[in-house]
Amino acid sequence: MRHEQIETNSGLMLLLILVVISIGGLIEIVPLFYINETVEDVKGVRPYTPLETRGRDIYIREGCYLCHSQQIRPFRDEWLRYGHYSLAAESQYDHPFQWGSKRTGPDLARVGGKYSNQWQVQHLNAPRSVVPQSIMPNYPWLLTTDLDYSDVADRMRALRWTGVPYSVTQAEYDRNVKTFGKATADLLDITQAQDNLLKQAREGEFDGDPSRLTEMDALVAYLQILGTMVDFTQYDEGYFAKFR
Amino acid sequence: MSQSSALPAEQYNYDIVRRFTIMAMVWAVLGMSVGVYIASELAWPFLNFDIPQLTFGRLRPVHTTLVIFGFGGSALFATSYYVVQRTSQARLAFPWLAEFTFWGWTGGVALGALTYMSGITQAREYAEFEWPLDIAITLVWVSYFVVYVETLRRRTQPHIYVANWFYLAFIVAVALLHIFNNLAVPVSLTKSYSLFAGVQDAMTQWWYGHNAVGFFLTAAFLGMMYYFVPKQAGRPIYSYRLSIIHFWALIFLYMWVGGHHLHWTALPDWVSTLAATFSVILLMPSWGGMINGIMTLSGAWDKLRSDPVMLFLITSLSFYGMSTFEGPLMSLKSVNALSHYTDWTVGHVHSGALGWVAMVSFGSFYHLIPRLWNSKMYSQSLIYIHFWLATIGIVLYITSMWVAGIGQGLMLRSFDDYGNLAYTFIETVEFMHTPYVWRALGGAFFVSGVLIMVYNMALTIARRQPASEAELSAKPAQA
Repeated sequence: MRHEQIETNSGLMLLLILVVISIGGLIEIVPLFYINETVEDVKGVRPYTPLETRGRDIYIREGCYLCHSQQIRPFRDEWLRYGHYSLAAESQYDHPFQWGSKRTGPDLARVGGKYSNQWQVQHLNAPRSVVPQSIMPNYPWLLTTDLDYSDVADRMRALRWTGVPYSVTQAEYDRNVKTFGKATADLLDITQAQDNLLKQAREGEFDGDPSRLTEMDALVAYLQILGTMVDFTQYDEGYFAKFR
Repeated sequence: MSQSSALPAEQYNYDIVRRFTIMAMVWAVLGMSVGVYIASELAWPFLNFDIPQLTFGRLRPVHTTLVIFGFGGSALFATSYYVVQRTSQARLAFPWLAEFTFWGWTGGVALGALTYMSGITQAREYAEFEWPLDIAITLVWVSYFVVYVETLRRRTQPHIYVANWFYLAFIVAVALLHIFNNLAVPVSLTKSYSLFAGVQDAMTQWWYGHNAVGFFLTAAFLGMMYYFVPKQAGRPIYSYRLSIIHFWALIFLYMWVGGHHLHWTALPDWVSTLAATFSVILLMPSWGGMINGIMTLSGAWDKLRSDPVMLFLITSLSFYGMSTFEGPLMSLKSVNALSHYTDWTVGHVHSGALGWVAMVSFGSFYHLIPRLWNSKMYSQSLIYIHFWLATIGIVLYITSMWVAGIGQGLMLRSFDDYGNLAYTFIETVEFMHTPYVWRALGGAFFVSGVLIMVYNMALTIARRQPASEAELSAKPAQA
């Protein structure tokens, strides 16, 4: 075919453009949904609890992902600094993913449990009071804004639509008991969402002020779970390599 | 619209082109000023002022949206509507629909910026618009497609000029990317969760993200280049054959390379390797475009001495060549191990965005403005001053980002004699302070150049010939 035929026919040109630009995505993205090894077979990863989900929403609202990645690479310096490299399985319930693209601040993929709740609260409230050279903004409104959890069940329902195994029916609940155990399955029960949220906030004492449920409670609950779900001592050194 | 019935109509619809041109400059001033502001926040964090709407995390999408979609998008609407009419020798189809694209696009960008400041975001880089705005943008984009393709169909020339191939590929590709990357399940009007999660979501986002660069900021601006460089040079494009080859190669290859944003992550190695391979190959069609543009001036190099507009256009192509060399370099896994997550990436994006996208737009606008308003540019020397402010600004910007990025990358991976980490993370943050100050200064240079352009443009428009005369002279022999 001579190029003259294409450039004198707008319909043909349009069609060829569509074909040519579709190939790359079809070959690189579609298989990711079908190749089983894409997401590692690993125990321990569960969907976020209602409180953690709300914390994650706040993380997204404030644009934390623009300065903090959640994706540790398999390098020695990152292993020393942050811990085991991130698995695909660890973000399998992240809608959207929060891997990030820039480290103006450190990676947060395994920040959970690394600092106390008290440190997190003080750092979020006034970062330079604990890290003098920090350039992170202060987030004082997190401590003074009550957490809106009225629609937490709606949020979980939307996530259930995308495929996150939160349960509504008894069958779904039973399935979760089988997969995650009873304690976790209870936390994933949408019908109990608000009670679960209040209970976790009360027991966790995340923001240090039990009299009030603030956005800080939710955000710290979320940060403290990051990267803690997989017990890496259970797996051999080479186990995860075969999935890459 | 206003002059459609009563007055003798212009041969071409310039009204819509004028409006998009003005809005492009408005967005340039706003978006780039926000850029300088957030750059300053990184150097002096007190500028966050404990005000949620002003924090870096909320303003950064405002900056990227205003410059990419506000400035870049409006510049593309303006020039594509101009180019498709001129090269097809046909008046723009469906003027009311074109009108809708103007209000829809302008309103969409403005609302996007306001929603990000209030914390409403999908958290997908360069696609932060929440779902109602995504749907609105889709409608605008489909209208754009209809207007553009119908105008092409009404052409009185048998051949579709090469600039239109690029604009067409851009319109089709952006529609595809926008729809698939924004699939989400809504919770309320202001909140949704993306349909995909984790690794699949990451790959979809960067397939989108890199092609926002590849099609929005490259292919489309090559379309602009293919019209305005030959026009301003007064010579035909260097090689017709080269334009065919590099067009098809460019649009095919770009769609494969997004995975290089995810090297060494949980993305499977096979995707990452494919992405790196295609990124390297992509150097060839990219430089094909650069060569075709620069060599168009072959035999008329003296214009670089006498014509500041040519200076803008040729410099933009040089930056295009530089950043499309740097890109494949950074997509190599070994280089990416150092550069990823650092300011090197930020510097790379800006050598493309300021050096290529903004410079080629300014050059094209300097060509366009006198023709749209039937006037002469108020001042040639102000164009020179703008050129030098912009160039100095870019050089300051990218060199400081090389220092910050490569410096941080090297610090993070250095070990002491005992095999311990040599630096803590916060030591790298401290190190980056000085380059951050220089970067903000570079940005300030660039914005001041834009302000001079706006001044020059305003006085040019003020001195235009009265409307009736303008229309008469814009109307060639039809009778």
